[in-house]
Amino acid sequence: MIEMTSILEFFRQDKFALVGAIIYILFILVALFAPAIAPYDPQEMVRVDGRIAFNREPEKNFKLGTTNMGRDIFSQLIYGARPALTVGFTAALFVMVVGTVVGLVSGYFGGKVDSLLMRLTDVVFGIPFDPFVIVLVSFLGPSIWNIVLAMALLLWRDTARVIRSQVLSIKKRAFVEAARVSGASHSRIIFSYIMPNILPLSLLYGSLAIGWAILTEAAVSFLGFGDPSSISWGYMLHDAYVSQALSRGAFYWMLPPGICIMLLVMAGFYISRGAEEVLQPKLRSM
Amino acid sequence: MTLNWKYIGRRFGQMLLTLWIIATILFFVFRLMPGNPLTAYIDPNFTKEQQEILLEQFGLDKPLFQQYLVFLLNLLQGNLGTSFVYRDDVLRVVARVLPNTLYLMLFSLIIAYVVGVLGGILLAWLRGKKGETVGIILTLFTRSAPQFWVGMLVLAIFSFRLGWLPSSGTGPAGVTYASEWAKFTSPVFWKYMLLPSLTLAIYLLGLPLLLMRTNMVETMEESYVTIARMRGLSERRVMLKYAARNAILPVVTAMAVGFGYAIGGNVVIENVFSWPGLGRLLVDAVTMSDYPLAQGAFLLAAAIMVFMNFVADLLYSVLDPRITVEDMG
Repeated sequence: MIEMTSILEFFRQDKFALVGAIIYILFILVALFAPAIAPYDPQEMVRVDGRIAFNREPEKNFKLGTTNMGRDIFSQLIYGARPALTVGFTAALFVMVVGTVVGLVSGYFGGKVDSLLMRLTDVVFGIPFDPFVIVLVSFLGPSIWNIVLAMALLLWRDTARVIRSQVLSIKKRAFVEAARVSGASHSRIIFSYIMPNILPLSLLYGSLAIGWAILTEAAVSFLGFGDPSSISWGYMLHDAYVSQALSRGAFYWMLPPGICIMLLVMAGFYISRGAEEVLQPKLRSM
Repeated sequence: MTLNWKYIGRRFGQMLLTLWIIATILFFVFRLMPGNPLTAYIDPNFTKEQQEILLEQFGLDKPLFQQYLVFLLNLLQGNLGTSFVYRDDVLRVVARVLPNTLYLMLFSLIIAYVVGVLGGILLAWLRGKKGETVGIILTLFTRSAPQFWVGMLVLAIFSFRLGWLPSSGTGPAGVTYASEWAKFTSPVFWKYMLLPSLTLAIYLLGLPLLLMRTNMVETMEESYVTIARMRGLSERRVMLKYAARNAILPVVTAMAVGFGYAIGGNVVIENVFSWPGLGRLLVDAVTMSDYPLAQGAFLLAAAIMVFMNFVADLLYSVLDPRITVEDMG
């Protein structure tokens, strides 16, 4: 099992992973203390001298300007961290758990169970991701939980394949054979011998999935199928796109949400890239 | 390189099975829709005769299981119903926009894989130097920036600010191309395609680049590369002639899979640039509750994806004979 000291050691050795972790922590803090940081309510149409302040360029009261409806862009940006992180973490958790369980059962038991689960994985690999999410969300209703559901239904496919092949190779190792010969039960072999060895790999795929989930939520919101009750970065960009921010050159509106998405997704890559090197020490010696 | 016909046959059978299951899932998903089951095929605005023809064609007055059989039979004959919005056969509507999606995808893939392979070789060349870190960080930027956002920025800069390139569609308003070939050979069309395909290419670039780099680093360790080096060949020659040639194989396979995935990724890009392709058609169909069209567009996208996965598996088994059927699951 991974211990606290080895985690600290890992971050000390890998600057990339450290940067990634710091970015995550910053965004989590912003999401938690959003009401304290944001100067306005993100939905509020702010009035200055009794008139709605729409399409303001950045100034003292509006650090990033206002939208065409007079909403404060900076406040929206701060609150946008909440849906991003919620979707990212919950979807990644589902992806990790489902992918790991499918891969584990498939690889460990083999035979008919394996064939069946791998055919199922093939089917899921044949479903185009973005169209599926759009269709499902438009049928079930626009809410971030339906977006999470759509991702949970599809994105476990990569994890399952990778975990399966890892289990296949671990199964052949001497210590698993020894455990089997000495009469250990299936559950004991799985939980005590195989799980610890595939856990780093599932965590890696989990951290990649956070990025996928955030990008997907943004894309779905941008296309207009997002949750109207929560202002996400994708929704902000949708707003900017449909209200001619592009032709007006309102970069103060378009740039910040995209940069936030990018930073958060990249942080996941940094952490997983670091983890990859820990997993495959031969990469490091080369 | 011998073809394993038994494997190909089995894999082909699996592909058909996969397609059938996806079609089945789709059939039931589209029956879960809000409203009554007839809404999947019949627009209340259709005339009485139109409604009755469709009712008969799809057996909508029959029990669900029979409807399912009729659905499959129709599917085999390419009958996907009538689009509510276009008042036309779904397959015809879909076939009209498909070429636009394919051009966009192929052009972007070619840019992405040529630049990606060269970039991957460059990064392997720079291994251990500062340039490698910079290169990897830049690549990660392309992987983590939302595609539609890159598209928006590209539009705001090159189209609106500088006015160099058009912002949407496949040609000036009101202009229609005489034929598919006339469109494909028209410089105007390519001018319209440049921004969307560059945006898509930026996103697709990361995979071949990182893959090529990893493969290069691995093949550089192989004995035949060491031997070539010992024979006194220059490092550049060793890299390009020996290492790159072998490192490129998995990238070729990835391209087949990438083609299938690009179909999904296209949705966002086509919408940002109002590119009349499959992805935009799908979003429009869903937005306007044109269920038969949405179903048809989805099915076609899925079919392309499943087929490209099949091609990728075949390429994989031909290019890397060490892979056995058992490993593939």
